[in-house]
Amino acid sequence: MRRSMLFLPSNNPNMIGNGGLLGADSIIFDLEDAVSPDEKDAARELLKNALGALDFGKCERIVRINGLDTPYWEEDLRAILPLTPELIMPPKVSGDADIRRLDEKLTELETAMGIETGHTKILALLETALGVENAFAAAGASPRMMGLFLGAEDLTADLRCKRSKEGSEILYARGRVVCAARAAGIEAYDTPFTDVQDLEGLEKDATFAKGLGFSGKACISPAHVSAVNRIFSPSEEEIAYARDVFTAVDRAKRLGKGVIALRGKMIDAPIVQRARLVLEAASEIEGGELFCVNSVIRCAGP
Amino acid sequence: MELKHGAVAGTLESSDIMVTVLPGAGGTRISLTSTVEAYYGDSIRETIRQVLRELGVENVRVEAVDHGALDCTIRARLSTAVRRACGEEHTS
Repeated sequence: MRRSMLFLPSNNPNMIGNGGLLGADSIIFDLEDAVSPDEKDAARELLKNALGALDFGKCERIVRINGLDTPYWEEDLRAILPLTPELIMPPKVSGDADIRRLDEKLTELETAMGIETGHTKILALLETALGVENAFAAAGASPRMMGLFLGAEDLTADLRCKRSKEGSEILYARGRVVCAARAAGIEAYDTPFTDVQDLEGLEKDATFAKGLGFSGKACISPAHVSAVNRIFSPSEEEIAYARDVFTAVDRAKRLGKGVIALRGKMIDAPIVQRARLVLEAASEIEGGELFCVNSVIRCAGP
Repeated sequence: MELKHGAVAGTLESSDIMVTVLPGAGGTRISLTSTVEAYYGDSIRETIRQVLRELGVENVRVEAVDHGALDCTIRARLSTAVRRACGEEHTS
């Protein structure tokens, strides 16, 4: 589960050392934009040592490497892969060719390092007009692909428009990224809200992104993590409804009914599937076992 | 590894350590200033010696200004300073 994904600069030992205590589901250790060219070597060395020594608890470890058009990305991988981070985030992905190129390099390095081939998954950062247009091709370019991530700052520069808090200029990109990711069977994650002080704006932006279908959202400040976690968690009302759905399905199954109704509405497969996702998310947040509902879903046709 | 010139890595910020390495003549000399000298001074010096041994550096002067860096940070900053002093490119 990645409700919140917090960017941390990889050359800042203070922030890295506290990374596991900030409440985010995932940490994105940034070797790219947050590190000046003169400090790439220092950041890479610091991150390598930190990943090997520090316990980040339940936090997933994601590394944003430098772009495939730079002289840094291959050395980033050589330094980081032995520490087996859960995900690699390549920036400025333009399409399937970039993913295939990264996939080949990962396979080469995994083989050389004795790491199981395919262990390292990819979360592709789409932040150009070309990348957004090629989102579906990138999503399906490798079995390593776990998700698509929208980066709106670079995208709006590429689109030659101004980034706004309301985000109307990125609505198309958001929809396209979600649709491409879902069509390919992978996850979609939303761009950070960049005004650190505006918590009301953050709430609106994150709520809107969740409504579009994103699974989570990146944060550039620890101050945003709590709100993003809350918004991307199922509400008590959603959990209660999901439980009622399965109670209704169970009852109908016992009575041999083919048609199931709840609160005056018919319960069909998409509603059961949504309820299953809500309960799984709630269970994961609470740290408990996942609900075993697959057999019920199969009974719930049409 | 043989140092070709002096080099610096790290910052003076909290939880970091700024390490300067200079080519030496005859062994290792360490000069340490630390906000936690009383508690961890000996440990920091030992970490520095250990990293130098691992890197195969024998003749070196190390000047370190520490603001509470973790062991992994000390190792990283010293390694970076040594590699820079040996003339390694920033890409590697």
